[in-house]
Amino acid sequence: MTVMLEIKDLHAAVNGKEVLKGINLTINAGEVHAVMGPNGSGKSTLSYVLAGRDGYDVTQGSVMYKGADLIALAPEIRAREGIFLAFQYPVEIPGVAGTTFLKTAYNAIRKHRGEKELDAMQFLKLIREKQKQLDMTDEMVRRAVNVGFSGGEKKRYEMLQMAMLEPALAILDETDSGLDIDALKTVADGINALRDPGRAMLMITHYQRLLDYVVPDFVHVLAGGKIVRSGDKSLALDLEKEGYAVLGTAAA
Amino acid sequence: MANISESETIGAATTERYKYGFVTDIESDTAPKGLDESTVRFISAKKDEPDWLLQWRLKAFRQWLDKADEEPTWAKVNYPKIDYQDSYYYSAPKQQETLNSLDEVDPKLLETYNKLGIPLQEQMMLAGVAVDAVFDSVSVATTFKEELSKHGVIFCPISEAVQKHPELVKKYLGSVVPVADNFFATLNSAVFTDGSFVYVPEGVRCPMELSTYFRINAAQTGQFERTLIIADKGSYVSYLEGCTAPMRDEHQLHAAVVELIALDDAEIKYSTVQNWYPGDENGKGGIYNFVTKRGACRGRNSKISWTQVETGSAITWKYPSCILQGDNSVGEFYSIAITNNFQQADTGTKMIHMGKDTKSRIISKGISAGHAESTYRGLVKVMPGATGARNFTQCDSLLIGEKCGAHTVPYIEVRNKTAQVEHEATTSKISDDQLLYCRQRGLSAEDATTLIVNGFCRQVLQELPMEFAVEAQKLVGISLEGSVG
Ligand SMILES: Nc1ncnc2c1ncn2[C@@H]1O[C@H](COP(=O)(O)OP(=O)(O)OP(=O)(O)O)[C@@H](O)[C@H]1O
Ligand SMILES: [Mg+2]
Repeated sequence: MTVMLEIKDLHAAVNGKEVLKGINLTINAGEVHAVMGPNGSGKSTLSYVLAGRDGYDVTQGSVMYKGADLIALAPEIRAREGIFLAFQYPVEIPGVAGTTFLKTAYNAIRKHRGEKELDAMQFLKLIREKQKQLDMTDEMVRRAVNVGFSGGEKKRYEMLQMAMLEPALAILDETDSGLDIDALKTVADGINALRDPGRAMLMITHYQRLLDYVVPDFVHVLAGGKIVRSGDKSLALDLEKEGYAVLGTAAA
Repeated sequence: MANISESETIGAATTERYKYGFVTDIESDTAPKGLDESTVRFISAKKDEPDWLLQWRLKAFRQWLDKADEEPTWAKVNYPKIDYQDSYYYSAPKQQETLNSLDEVDPKLLETYNKLGIPLQEQMMLAGVAVDAVFDSVSVATTFKEELSKHGVIFCPISEAVQKHPELVKKYLGSVVPVADNFFATLNSAVFTDGSFVYVPEGVRCPMELSTYFRINAAQTGQFERTLIIADKGSYVSYLEGCTAPMRDEHQLHAAVVELIALDDAEIKYSTVQNWYPGDENGKGGIYNFVTKRGACRGRNSKISWTQVETGSAITWKYPSCILQGDNSVGEFYSIAITNNFQQADTGTKMIHMGKDTKSRIISKGISAGHAESTYRGLVKVMPGATGARNFTQCDSLLIGEKCGAHTVPYIEVRNKTAQVEHEATTSKISDDQLLYCRQRGLSAEDATTLIVNGFCRQVLQELPMEFAVEAQKLVGISLEGSVG
């Protein structure tokens, strides 16, 4: 089995404050890992550290991606190498059409891979296919990036980007939050469609309902900047029933 | 028009320039350094001008002398005092040294052309490479010229218009920007040497963007340009000056005057892409661009629309304005001003509402990076007779980095109670969140900045003629190079 991501004793500080306090996690290609945990436990911080956000400093430990040191790479290089983060709070970029944004990203990644960039027509054809799967209209996709999108629409737009960019490692930060029941199903179908022996996923979520649709291989609980419990899908069900109290005082 | 290929268009421009005498007499000499009455007489004589124009110039020159202490100081720009006697006001155009191939051109210049996506043959034109007979331009040029004259459109250098259409020039020259208007306009009136003249007759929709010609000619833009555009009743014309390609010029001071006149139901769309040499990253060198641009909506239902993309010059001092005289006339100003490194821009507009139900719209986007300072200065004035006048102003500033500045100075003067004047202003920064979002999708920090800035400018970019909009977007990126760490 190929190791996609290997995190060892990861400590990270945000604005000088230590938030991640020794994370160990290995994700193999083809696996889906769910990460759960109380608010403020460091889940988004972990996703930002993996994405390479400025100000999120690794103070100890290591992160290897596809066998190479990830921390040394600029955020855009990580992205081009196949790391995709679906943001918990996608940002608005006024005046930039969604299609323009995505085409720029798509071609930047293709160029990095030594592939030919797509022209406008080829790109539109491709995006049309993908947007249909996610129940998105042309109008939504053409609008300025995330501007005036409802919470659920933003999440769907993140999924459209993921489907287009076909990452090797997808990190989904609460992509299920804010989705209505139908949208959740649509998004879950989208995620499942991307499950692939060559691709790994890290899904951050608070709710079992996503995991009903996208069944994870492993579930981890992050609390106080550490993974305090790991198990299979049944761990999520236990948590759903009993809350984080099940973890005992260590997690609080 | 649509079936004419790019290279043919350029070929046409080359020939037209020659035909219309954009290249002035090579044999002419240089006026001695400095500025006095004899300089003015020399220029007028060289141009073989009628006496009324010489007198007009002389009057301007005397007024300029009286204004010696009136060089404007109110703008938020700093520059060392200009010695007007230490300058040449008329010199024979230097025969540009012709290069044999693009290999001989400064690679840095070529790099910029490529980034802008300027086609190869056009690059050769701009860089002064000998254009051989690869494109048979004569027929296309003739088609263009025939097309224009078929519609009765006059488009020629202003000096030619003085000879061939003196009645039009005499009637309209100085009618929008009076000789005494301001220090630089007065100086221009005394010593202007080149510029364009356009007349579109009644009911005619000019069959082509006049930019098609101007693109190459722009590389020859003079120090004291004078442009006069008249749209007669019910006519329409779209004119574009400037060039996205970077332009250097031996003259540091540029003081142009542009006058537009729109009669009843006429519309003029005037677009500018200004990319003069801004000086180096330490603020050395660079052009001072002190321009007076003004349009008069003289007729009812007339419309004048200014769109400008200002990325060049060390100092820009420029306020394209509209005088809304005709009832129900419309003035628009769409502006992008980008300043980087040590550039300074003080720009904006004046909308003077005189007629009833006149409307104006101002959309200004200022972007500052590096140590640059950018000021929006705008006046909206509603005169007592302008019942029902309406103005909407939106001024947005975007700051990149910590050392630059943006300032908004709106003046509003309303003397009619029925007027509605709205002003919105915002100042923002490119947020870390936006940058991360883009970079997480694979864009470099620079590409991300360009994308975000282009989004910020979209309302203005979409006002540009199509063929320039794409280049202008790339220009935005190039202007901001080195501004993100
Ligand atoms: N920029 C910052 N400055 C200071 N503290 C921060 C910053 N960003 C995050 N933190 C802190 O780090 C901790 C972890 O935050 P994080 O956003 O990773 O939590 P989370 O597990 O994603 O929570 P949620 O479930 O609410 O999304 C919190 O205590 C938060 O206040
Ligand atoms: Mg979070």
